[in-house]
Amino acid sequence: MAYTEEELKKELETKEYEYGFYTDIESDTLPKGLNEEIVIAISKKKEEPEWMTQWRLEAFRAWQEMEEPEWANVTYKKPDFQDISYYSAPNKKPKYNSLDEVDPELLDTFKKLGISVDEQKKLAGVAVDIVMDSVSVATTFKKTLAEKGIIFCSISEAIKEHPELVKKYLGTVVPQKDNFYAALNSAVFSDGSFCYIPKGVRCPMELSTYFRINQAGTGQFERTLVVAEEGSYVSYLEGCTAPMRDENQLHAAVVELIALDNAEIKYSTVQNWYPGNDQGKGGVFNFVTKRGLCEKHAKISWTQVETGSAVTWKYPSCILKGDYSIGEFYSIAVTNNFQQADTGTKMVHLGKNTRSTIISKGISAGQSQNSYRGLVQVNSRAENARNFSQCDSLLMGNRCGAHTFPYIEAKNKTAQIEHEATTSKIGEDQIFYCNQRGIDTEKAIALIVNGFSKEVLNKLPMEFAVEAQKLLEISLEGSVG
Amino acid sequence: MDLKEKLVSSFMAFEDGLDLDHPVHEERSNAIKNFETKGFPTKKDEAWKYTSLKGLQKIDFSIFPKQETTLEYKDVKKYFLHEIDAYKIVFVDGVYSSYLSETTHDGVDVCLMSSAFSKPMFKQVIEVYFNKAASKDESLTSLNTAFSKEGAYIYIPKNKMPKKPIQILHLATGNEAALMLQPRNLIVAEDNAEVQIIERHQSLTGNEVFTNCVTEIFAGKDAIVDYYKVQNDAPTASLVDNTYISQKNSSVVRVHTFSLGGKLIRNNLNFYQNGERIDSTLKGVTILGDKQHVDHHTLVHHAQPNCESHQDYKGIFGDSSTGVFNGKIIVDKIAQKTDAFQQNNNILLSDKSTINSKPQLEIFADDVKCSHGCTIGQLDEEAMFYLRSRGIPKKEAKALLMYAFANNVLESVRIPELKVRINKIIADKLGVRMGFDL
Repeated sequence: MAYTEEELKKELETKEYEYGFYTDIESDTLPKGLNEEIVIAISKKKEEPEWMTQWRLEAFRAWQEMEEPEWANVTYKKPDFQDISYYSAPNKKPKYNSLDEVDPELLDTFKKLGISVDEQKKLAGVAVDIVMDSVSVATTFKKTLAEKGIIFCSISEAIKEHPELVKKYLGTVVPQKDNFYAALNSAVFSDGSFCYIPKGVRCPMELSTYFRINQAGTGQFERTLVVAEEGSYVSYLEGCTAPMRDENQLHAAVVELIALDNAEIKYSTVQNWYPGNDQGKGGVFNFVTKRGLCEKHAKISWTQVETGSAVTWKYPSCILKGDYSIGEFYSIAVTNNFQQADTGTKMVHLGKNTRSTIISKGISAGQSQNSYRGLVQVNSRAENARNFSQCDSLLMGNRCGAHTFPYIEAKNKTAQIEHEATTSKIGEDQIFYCNQRGIDTEKAIALIVNGFSKEVLNKLPMEFAVEAQKLLEISLEGSVG
Repeated sequence: MDLKEKLVSSFMAFEDGLDLDHPVHEERSNAIKNFETKGFPTKKDEAWKYTSLKGLQKIDFSIFPKQETTLEYKDVKKYFLHEIDAYKIVFVDGVYSSYLSETTHDGVDVCLMSSAFSKPMFKQVIEVYFNKAASKDESLTSLNTAFSKEGAYIYIPKNKMPKKPIQILHLATGNEAALMLQPRNLIVAEDNAEVQIIERHQSLTGNEVFTNCVTEIFAGKDAIVDYYKVQNDAPTASLVDNTYISQKNSSVVRVHTFSLGGKLIRNNLNFYQNGERIDSTLKGVTILGDKQHVDHHTLVHHAQPNCESHQDYKGIFGDSSTGVFNGKIIVDKIAQKTDAFQQNNNILLSDKSTINSKPQLEIFADDVKCSHGCTIGQLDEEAMFYLRSRGIPKKEAKALLMYAFANNVLESVRIPELKVRINKIIADKLGVRMGFDL
């Protein structure tokens, strides 16, 4: 064996966050703190119409009345909401016609991330709407999409150019007052993506955005809205990495998906925000509200790979409103060192003959805590609702914890609900078997973890699957023998 | 005056009749303070999310029954498991009935908490065990501790086994328009002892009864305790049953709960494994109709290595009934090689019935086998068709399938007469006479 267990552990713990760098781009930052003036200032900076400003203020007023939720199985020092700057935009932001014009420093950043725009361009025709510090900097493939009538732009652009669509759908799935972080996001969201697929159109490429927190001390408040009209299809990717920061950074995003009759939305996430160092210092707080609404025969599928963030609080949900609608949730959550994750899903069955599937894989190592929290709710009118849930946990070492909190509520006698959960560790015999065949322990663990998460990895689009596998390896290499 | 105020203010009056120098006095005073701060749990408490005690708090319960009532054995015979010979500890409106009871001090102690509190010969046991397993934090348990005075006291010394099972029966006569009872039981099985206990709460009329019961069970090394809870009360009777079990090395404790009737039943069943190679079994059958509400809250705390726990709860819910299951398993860091299994299966028979299930695992050790399964479904239509095609009427076929569904739990009942009795109650509930002895 090349390594001893101790050496492996040491190497893992000291392994620097590979993507931890900080790009020095001049930013236009608002003063710290949050009050009505700041909210109005953000809205002004974004040149938003009056109704949007009012909408934000409404959210802000609701937020002031709310209390930070404490029910999640995570402990952290609560962020001081008055000590955050709520707006920061890169200063040099002319609209580029080609990539050559883009700030070379920025391009370099993306290269370090291994997601260079030109490479993405080549890769199976992925259009990338790069969001760096809250303002959309580069959008490619817009033309191809425009021909099909697909709108894919930043949300601030959408507010200006397609106000009727934004007005109609924004906040319908996640209302301003939904929860503490959603309200905060509604008040101060700086940017995000908007995607509209017209009736009967099948989006020819995977749409993707990369989020990045860059400026020190600014929280990222992204707002994503995806609307799939009747009979349309879209696959949407979202990926995150963040530079190394010592103070905790706050990330409170809201994602709303709307799938009208017969539409299908596939939403995939790879999240790798900075998790903090091996002492549990620093790292991103990730408090996200994601929810999708399914009309008749519609389908929403969430796939997520969560490897980063110091604290994760995230429950991508499906409201199965229409008859025969389908909700799916596939998740891998990996925690190491002092990371804490409380993640899962909500499947709310309202329509008849609705179906949902939940596959959740939790892997915890180091001194991390990994929780699955899910809700399956069958309302009294949801005839023949069907749910299958499976949540498996893998523990590495005895200093970490795995928890499951599945809530199952059935109010209809025709409901059929199954829930299974298991907890296990990597078998010594499995590792021995690999060693015997000349595979060192580190590789063997990667292999076994990959096998454990295969059901979810399989659901990811190809280029994401590669990235996700890499992330799993980085996060877990040699955690335990 | 609401119920909380009433209880707190009657505590003084309650204490007047008691020995204030007794060590239990301090426990009681601390407990009433805790209850006073916390009050009755509300739906805002995570553990009481699905069960509300609001309705009960509006009723003007009398806390101390005014008069003693004597009952004839023949009138209450059917509530006993009279087919077998057993020790009996019977309480009528919370007061011990020596006439209906049969206690013993022959090798083992099967008697009363009131005498255990007052007689010096029991003092040591009370000091070592009383209120040592029960939660000092949970408000209803505290409420019971504050008013702890009467209940069953069972002490089985080392290597002993009582000659026959023990029945604990709490009867409510309905002399009071609304009665609140707070029995407190203490069961100690020392090393290598064995005991079988059947507990039942029964209201004899349609008057409101609210029982807040606490039972502490201590199982020494290699001890075996079988505890059966029969909950088939009148539709006006509510029960909060708190059971705390502390186990030592290689002991076996099995608790079976049959929730077949009552207005509101809340079972808090807590197992603490304080040793190695322990085996804990928690099983339950729930069959409900009308507007009944049953809430099973279980906790198994694996604190030492090499232990096992088995949970199996089956529920059948008809009419507008509501079922809640919340099963929590905690595996501590050092509890390696734990084997914890939990299963909860439910059938909804009507559109108005509801089931809320929350199987919860909290695991801090890596070399463990923990799994849970939870299902909500209906009777298998193909199986129904199969039975019907063989000439079995729909009602019987349905009953047969439901019986089969619950049978896993019944199989492990170790008193054959009790098994027969439960089967009869189930058949009754399902409204059929099956042609064979179940």
